[in-house]
Amino acid sequence: MTMIFGVPAAVFLGQLLLGLINGAFYALLSLGLAVIFGLLKIVNFAHGAMYMLGAFATLLGMRYLGINYWAALLLAPLVVGLFGMLLERFMLRRIAHLDHLYGLLLTFGLALIFEGSLVNFFGVSGARYPTPELLQGGFQLGFMFLPKYRAFVLAAAIVVCVFTWFMIERTRLGAYLRAGTENPALMQAFGVNVPLLITLTYGFGVALAAFAGVLAAPLYPVSPNMGSNLLIVVFAVVVIGGMGSILGAVITGLAMGLIEGLTKVYYPEAANTVIFLVMILVLLLRPAGLFGKEA
Amino acid sequence: MSATQTQTQTQTLTPSMKRQRRADMRRNVFYLVLIGIGLVAPFVAYPVFLMKVLCFALFACAFNLLLGYVGLLSFGHAAFLATGGYVTGYLLASHPALTPELGIIAGTLVAVALGAVFGALSIRRQGIYFAMVTLALAQLVFFVYVQSPFTGGEDGLHGVPRGDLFGFISLRSNLAMYYFVFAIFLIGFAIIQRAVHSPYGQVLKAIRENEPRAVSLGYNVDAYKWVAFVLSAGLAGLAGSTKTVVFQLASLTDAHWHMSGEVILMTLLGGVGTLFGPVVGAGIVVSLQHLLAQSPLGNWVGPILGIIFVVCVLSFRSGIVGEILKSYRKNFK
Amino acid sequence: MTFIKKSLTTAVALAATATMATTAQAEISDGEIRIGYLADMSGTYRDLAGPGGLEALNMAVEDMGGSINGAPIQVFSADDRNSADVGANTVREWFDTRNVDLVSGLVASSVSIAATRVIEENNGLGIVSGSAASSITNEHCTPNHIHWVYDTYPLANGTAKAIVDQGGDSWFMLTADYAFGHALEGDVTRVVEDNGGEIVGGVRHPFPTDDFSSYILQAQGSGAKIIGLANAGADTVNAINTAAQFGVVQSGQQLAGLLVFLNDVYAMGLETTQGLLLTTGWYWNMDDESREWAERYYERVGRMPTMVQAGIYSSTMHYLQTVAELGTDDPVAVRAALGERPINDFFSRNGRVREDGRMVHDMFLAQVKSPEDSEHEWDLYEILATIPAEEAFRPLSESQCKLVQN
Repeated sequence: MTMIFGVPAAVFLGQLLLGLINGAFYALLSLGLAVIFGLLKIVNFAHGAMYMLGAFATLLGMRYLGINYWAALLLAPLVVGLFGMLLERFMLRRIAHLDHLYGLLLTFGLALIFEGSLVNFFGVSGARYPTPELLQGGFQLGFMFLPKYRAFVLAAAIVVCVFTWFMIERTRLGAYLRAGTENPALMQAFGVNVPLLITLTYGFGVALAAFAGVLAAPLYPVSPNMGSNLLIVVFAVVVIGGMGSILGAVITGLAMGLIEGLTKVYYPEAANTVIFLVMILVLLLRPAGLFGKEA
Repeated sequence: MSATQTQTQTQTLTPSMKRQRRADMRRNVFYLVLIGIGLVAPFVAYPVFLMKVLCFALFACAFNLLLGYVGLLSFGHAAFLATGGYVTGYLLASHPALTPELGIIAGTLVAVALGAVFGALSIRRQGIYFAMVTLALAQLVFFVYVQSPFTGGEDGLHGVPRGDLFGFISLRSNLAMYYFVFAIFLIGFAIIQRAVHSPYGQVLKAIRENEPRAVSLGYNVDAYKWVAFVLSAGLAGLAGSTKTVVFQLASLTDAHWHMSGEVILMTLLGGVGTLFGPVVGAGIVVSLQHLLAQSPLGNWVGPILGIIFVVCVLSFRSGIVGEILKSYRKNFK
Repeated sequence: MTFIKKSLTTAVALAATATMATTAQAEISDGEIRIGYLADMSGTYRDLAGPGGLEALNMAVEDMGGSINGAPIQVFSADDRNSADVGANTVREWFDTRNVDLVSGLVASSVSIAATRVIEENNGLGIVSGSAASSITNEHCTPNHIHWVYDTYPLANGTAKAIVDQGGDSWFMLTADYAFGHALEGDVTRVVEDNGGEIVGGVRHPFPTDDFSSYILQAQGSGAKIIGLANAGADTVNAINTAAQFGVVQSGQQLAGLLVFLNDVYAMGLETTQGLLLTTGWYWNMDDESREWAERYYERVGRMPTMVQAGIYSSTMHYLQTVAELGTDDPVAVRAALGERPINDFFSRNGRVREDGRMVHDMFLAQVKSPEDSEHEWDLYEILATIPAEEAFRPLSESQCKLVQN
């Protein structure tokens, strides 16, 4: 058997593929964070909670309203996105003129509220969401058994990331958004409704998190705390990629998934920590992140 | 009140000096009253609870030195609290001959050293980046403490003796322990008070208000910030070390990033950039956790803290002490 | 002669009980029996003990009539938030300000170790029901606490031995990278090797971990027959779910969950967990007596009890009965009397409290039912075998406890 760094080639390839799938989650979440940070300049600490709410919307939708997975894929991000827009309109906007650290603190408080309250209703053991029938089973790739659902997650995440990139880089709305990021006052002067743009952007960023939550529902137990540890890792991803950089968030997300995957083979104990190590190295060498512009 | 009297006594002084002197006197009286309250407190309230408040108050004051006076939001201060605690706990538990004050000094020094390294790595960043770098560094520290055998990992480090202060004052009684902790708190608080009111503190405030101007005035801004960071880390370590001696254990809770979030809440609630704000904030948060944990609302500690966070940020940004100072200035000056 | 002797002893005994009864009133400290319940009410272990455990404790108090010899039984509770210092601090306060007589609950091992030290310092009494660490009655033993429900030793002993006996002789260990995981891994390794099996590989994953796909893939690559899960709670749930997604069982490997609770199996569903072997101290559906109690509990809580929740009822009941018999809540006397008393009830069979504080009782090897065999949503286990009390737990001859003379 061929060996790569002391590990059978098959295992090595399998780990790379799995790493990429995890990276897809990081990419989706950090993309949402980056979009929000770009325009609002706040670090959305409630992002993990929104991811969790996406998964819960899926679960509860199935339980009480009979909404199936495919409908949830569309509806859950929509609902959570609308909820996010309300939060932006009635809370974040009130502190928009202040130091952006207040945004971080406000969203941190919101995350505590959402996660803590749901614990009281749903406990912490987590509920299981069935894998949609169409995606049960898997492919025998020779070097590993790949569950169909995981392949779907990777594909769906990439499609959404590309779609987002296209929206921002190639459409009029995206152009407004980019211009708003550069100079909101000027945009307002040109007659663009910047406050609305900000609300929509926050809603969209949050919807991306909720979409990731829907994707996660059949993979991991749906529990109130599912987003809180993931969030810290995703922050690191965004910082490595360069705060606010759309492309940076996606590429770094996937890359960090790969690095984490390899760590799980060679030094599994450090799997939760390796990304922070990378982050410190990157910040020392390129303070604005890999894809960020120096301020 | 006795304004006329003071005036006659100090006729040779300029009005601004007089005002200053009056303010100083008022402040000294205020401090003395507070110290008096601190001295009788253990006869009124449960001493161990008071010690916990004092430890967290010192921790929050240390944190506030950085946020309130330099404008840097650290999201990794738990690392210093935990480091002080673990080092002191380990030394005292494994060397029975060591007296508690030496253990605390050792823990504080290690926290200072860690602060020196972290400060050097993070101090050049600002705002969100600074918060994120400190968070990342603290996560690394957390990892080390989970892995190291000396911390006991998830089980924690237990059986730290309170021992005899200076080798002959037993700290086994809660009352003796309380006065020791109170003394440490006063020392820590005095250091912060001196630092803030010294010329050095003035430069820090100048940096916070307008960093480019401070640079153009020829100040080595990074060096000033670094010293503040190290001081803050050291005092946080002191708080952690003391806490370990009080509770006779050190655990991963202190190293978790939630702890870094909690200290932000305490400071924010009490009043960022005020000397007493963090003390008041720590008192309220610790009492709240304490009361809620034993009440039917026990399951709601997280959401209630979250709501306080949100309310503070939305409409109460100066914090309790900040608001009091504001209305005091409005009405009395 | 014999008659006189007999009646004399009876008379003496009667006199003794009479004096005991009269002094008893005075010997219930503060005229109240105060029980503090300390547990994780909001975090990871909430569903295992948490509010349900408190309800079980209250049931025991009510079943005793709410008072003993006219002394009311008072219960208070606190959330330890899985933090050793919060836990230790709460217990210290209970002693200092409320003169607590019994500390019950005690779930996360770190909290239990910290809390039992405070209990020892104050010469009180604690009964640990939720913790897994066998060190609680080994290197961390004290004369002031009892470990009631289970620990890692019988978990390994029961599950691992049964699996090796069935031919599962090559193991890959998936271990949570902290003290509990290491201890469990050590226990399993010993049992597997003693019974002629071997450990062919393993991986230590960070605690906690969400994504187990990488580790499951490594386990699949190892060629081991059995994948041993030396972890707990959400980690175990995640690992089992992931294994199901990757078709581990279909490809001929079997999972061995070493610490799996009823609430975990319920959360994962039978589809995912069927066939899983596990060791448990008690199961609600194991006999009429258990069912009867469990159904009363279900009425109040809306979920079936875990072994920990049942253990909390059982331990509280034995405590209260002992207090009633002795007429005192003096911790030293009650601890001594509990050591003399056979512990038999719906929860415990052939139970006794050893000098190291371990309550040994029969443990059970169970298998998770398939969805077809399950009659309703809580019909989850089938009990396969009984592991006798004296074999299940660490023998005193191997003990490092300071109270045991070796």
